[in-house]
Amino acid sequence: MQKRKKGNAGFIAGCVITGMMLTLTVIGFFYTPYDPEAMSAADKLAGISPRHIMGCDNFGRDIFSRVLKGAQTTLIVAGGTVLIGTVFGVLIGAFTGYFGGIVDEALMRVMDALFAFPSLLLALVFVSLFNSGTYQVILALGIAFIPSFSRIVRSEYLRCRNLDYVKSARLAGASHLRIMFVHILPNIYTVLLSSIMIGFNNAVLAEAGLTYLGIGVQPPDASLGEMLSNAQTYLFSAPWYAFGPGITMVLLILGFSLMADGLKH
Amino acid sequence: MRYAGKKLISVLATLLIVSFLVFLAFAVIPGDAAVSKLGTQATPERIAALRAEMGLDRPFFVRYGNWLLSALKGDFGKSYSYGESVSALIGQKLPITLALSVLSFLIMIVCAIPLGIYTAKHEGGALDRIIMVVNQVVMAVPPFFSGIMITYVFGLLLKWFQPGSFVSYTVNLGRFLHYLLFPAVAIALPKIAMTVKLLRSSLIQEAKKDYVRTAYSKGNRTNGVLYRHVLKNAMIPVITFLAMTFTDMIAGSVIMEQVFSVAGIGRLLISSISSRDYPVVEAVIVLLALIVVLVNLAADVLCRALDPRIRH
Amino acid sequence: MKKFVFLSVLLTLTIALSACSGDKADDSSRSDESSITIGIPQDIEDSLDPHAAVAAGTEEILFNIFEGLVKPDSDGNLVPAVASDYKIEDEGKTYTFYLREGVKFHDGTPVTVEDIKYSIERCADTSGEGTLLVSAFSNIESVEIVDEKTVSIRLMNADTDFLSELTSAVIPAWNEDPAGNPIGTGPYRYVSRVVQDSIQLEKFEDYWGTPANITNITLKVIADSDMIVTNLKSGAIDMFCRISTDQANELAGTEFDVYEGTMNLVQAMYLNNAFEPFADVRVRQALCYAVDAQAILDLAFDGKGTVIGSSMFPAFGKYYMPELSNAYPRDVEKAKALLAEAGYADGLSFTITVPSNYQQHVDTAQIIVEQLKEVNVNASINLVEWETWVNDAYVGRQFEATVVGVDASTLSARALLERFNSDNSKNFINFNSAAYDEAYQAALASTDDAEQSAYYKTCEQVLSDEAANVYIQDMASLVALNNRYGGYVFYPMYVQDFAKLYVRE
Repeated sequence: MQKRKKGNAGFIAGCVITGMMLTLTVIGFFYTPYDPEAMSAADKLAGISPRHIMGCDNFGRDIFSRVLKGAQTTLIVAGGTVLIGTVFGVLIGAFTGYFGGIVDEALMRVMDALFAFPSLLLALVFVSLFNSGTYQVILALGIAFIPSFSRIVRSEYLRCRNLDYVKSARLAGASHLRIMFVHILPNIYTVLLSSIMIGFNNAVLAEAGLTYLGIGVQPPDASLGEMLSNAQTYLFSAPWYAFGPGITMVLLILGFSLMADGLKH
Repeated sequence: MRYAGKKLISVLATLLIVSFLVFLAFAVIPGDAAVSKLGTQATPERIAALRAEMGLDRPFFVRYGNWLLSALKGDFGKSYSYGESVSALIGQKLPITLALSVLSFLIMIVCAIPLGIYTAKHEGGALDRIIMVVNQVVMAVPPFFSGIMITYVFGLLLKWFQPGSFVSYTVNLGRFLHYLLFPAVAIALPKIAMTVKLLRSSLIQEAKKDYVRTAYSKGNRTNGVLYRHVLKNAMIPVITFLAMTFTDMIAGSVIMEQVFSVAGIGRLLISSISSRDYPVVEAVIVLLALIVVLVNLAADVLCRALDPRIRH
Repeated sequence: MKKFVFLSVLLTLTIALSACSGDKADDSSRSDESSITIGIPQDIEDSLDPHAAVAAGTEEILFNIFEGLVKPDSDGNLVPAVASDYKIEDEGKTYTFYLREGVKFHDGTPVTVEDIKYSIERCADTSGEGTLLVSAFSNIESVEIVDEKTVSIRLMNADTDFLSELTSAVIPAWNEDPAGNPIGTGPYRYVSRVVQDSIQLEKFEDYWGTPANITNITLKVIADSDMIVTNLKSGAIDMFCRISTDQANELAGTEFDVYEGTMNLVQAMYLNNAFEPFADVRVRQALCYAVDAQAILDLAFDGKGTVIGSSMFPAFGKYYMPELSNAYPRDVEKAKALLAEAGYADGLSFTITVPSNYQQHVDTAQIIVEQLKEVNVNASINLVEWETWVNDAYVGRQFEATVVGVDASTLSARALLERFNSDNSKNFINFNSAAYDEAYQAALASTDDAEQSAYYKTCEQVLSDEAANVYIQDMASLVALNNRYGGYVFYPMYVQDFAKLYVRE
């Protein structure tokens, strides 16, 4: 009894935090206290004050407004990445795991090759290819995420394809496609959902890493990673610059990982 | 034997695909080594002359074929940027990155496994809760940022090391290891958090299984049960995870090499990508892929040894 | 469990072992006073061969290793180096050089006239088999050895500016591997390098001129610009050139002196004159009126730097026209009116391509985007890698606008103005003006110094009138140097003179 309750508490806390962050992000779409791109020499690196609750950055832009916009970009990048990873991961994983054989062998070698490419490097090549920018980052990270998703899905399909309910569906004359996506898919959704949430967090961190290497989101657009990597120059003279985006990022990731944990219970 | 043969073929196939992908990427991205070398002095005539000199004017498949043939003979060519042979460059840089990865891996094992066992044993206790909260926060910090914080705290405030004073192992092995300890901690931190979490939940799940209950009911209440049976079975998912983590660490060292000014393989790779020095990039990525594949293979073998059921 | 104990012991041992050796290292660095570690932003990747080197970051280091027949001094004059004297005859058609007594290469062999002839011919490609390495050398008709001490260069067309090209390095004719084993005549000799990590230089004891003060120099690659301040503060590096104003502020109150000079770059938003909207001079002028260079300096550079109005910077005093910096004062209304006149009353959109490795240009572009919003111009930024920029924007001329800094490779106005000649291969902005071409050709043909300067000034005036680019500034160059050292000197060119640095008593 005790344990059940604890798992739920974590899950609820995760939902609350995530809900809060999402609400703020949605508000950011319609309203920010200041224009997140408006510069002001007078407010350069201004500290925390009632006017600027998270202070100002090196161009005198309001950090809170930029965090609102930046969280949006980060969420879009992470969401897009996970979407690409999941859709292709499920398709490839389902086909290879369900059918096996030569297609499985060939596709899994390609997946191995992609996987052996450290994901950061893959993104680096991608960005050199298509220049940097929000959509390019999504594409690069998305592709880098496909192999791990497809591996997880493949092993689930391997496990499920000989289970009784699949056999009986086959006997009932259901098509392979129907079995794969109508019968099996709903049965593996908990595994999928928690790997989506973990993938989401990894995408947030990977975006920050890319930005740090100078190949992430383009200015003047803000993302949490971009703000955090800019902030490090001013860590001594203006520590609040790192504080706003840093806390936001931690909360965002915390919310999702608590939810992912809760799902497993 | 059949298993070994099959695995060998799949390793070779993976490497072949990787090398082709890299070549393909270099064929399509803008700029090449000639343009990069000439910079703002580039004029169409000088670029054409240099391209011919470097052999970049030959068709794609001819270049790939030539590269593959000499690579099979163990000759990876010469770097365009440094004029040195690629093998010599890698020989210089690989030990640094490997040392960094192995060091962070050791730190991770030494910290994560006792912590994982402790938290699983004392599930719900005060320390367990504190550790789990710290864990969550550590996992939410981008690695480059924890690296920067470590340089500030241990480098500038406590002066335990001197950020930026990296020396190669050839100059002074002691100083080399001492310096690498700090980026290694930075790389290990989030991995420790993940491993603790995974090991803890794996142990807790395993301990609920029938065979453990049976052992307990037989009066076998000592730590022996936990360590011998539970740990052995709980280790299987952890080993697969650790293999992935090790390969992740090699990639993660790219960022930490940047933060801590360590001239390892990651730095070499990033600068070679931007100077379009494809002989270096090819060799480095194929080599990294080989390491990744081998580590995964080792994990696979280890899991089969631990759990006979996996052999299908 | 035993394994963990073993691993823990191993790790502790490693830490203990390394802690001990760490102390030793500190001792050794204290005893050796005459050394300095200088941080550099990137490794030398083009070449250590001075004739093949092209990157500004490479050339400023090679300045200490190699010398030409003449070399620039810190006042911007050309002074004799490997040659002790020279003579210009036939109104700039014949240049005769007299080899300095006792000049030696770093390995101790004396410099001969054959080496000089070889070095010039190597760059001029007189044989026609290699490539032309110094474009002005295409004017060379012949290089003749007059006697053991005298070399004479004959030009096809008279050129009074030719001397500034002869800073090109003199290297030994017998060196078969100039890239792997660089040998020159400069105050420092190359010792060794660790790729992507460091380069070692050592004082050349047999230097013909004033010898260097510091014996050993380590050039340490600091690839991450955000770590510069940390590495300075930790003591890992003693000097770093061209830090940002923010970094300088972070160093306030530490043991570092920050020297301020000029970067000698023309930073501008370069406009592709062939891009449809920018083909209209009114659009270009409107952009000049819309951009407030002083505000950029205040916002991103702490007010440091010099606002300029044409492709010339103050260090070239003879040619510089300070009045041009005020040609387009900020005037939003005028900008809007000009845009409306040109048919862009409803606004205009374009992309600014910026190489991502130059934070100062990225910052400048961000502010420009904001300023242009006020005149209804919608600019967006496209960050690209440096190699992509060179390939697409610079060589391929596929860009709309770009923010970069252009430097001068030699001590002459030509180095900055040559590229805007309509048929010049480096005219990446596709500037096309008959008035400009005429003035530039007149300057080249002129053999009278005052007349030539006047023509060059006409060129600058045309660039300003035509609003060829949105000129911004010559950036301030800030150098951080540990106060244990002194002797940092600024040059009117993109070079670093390590030989003048010394250890303070």
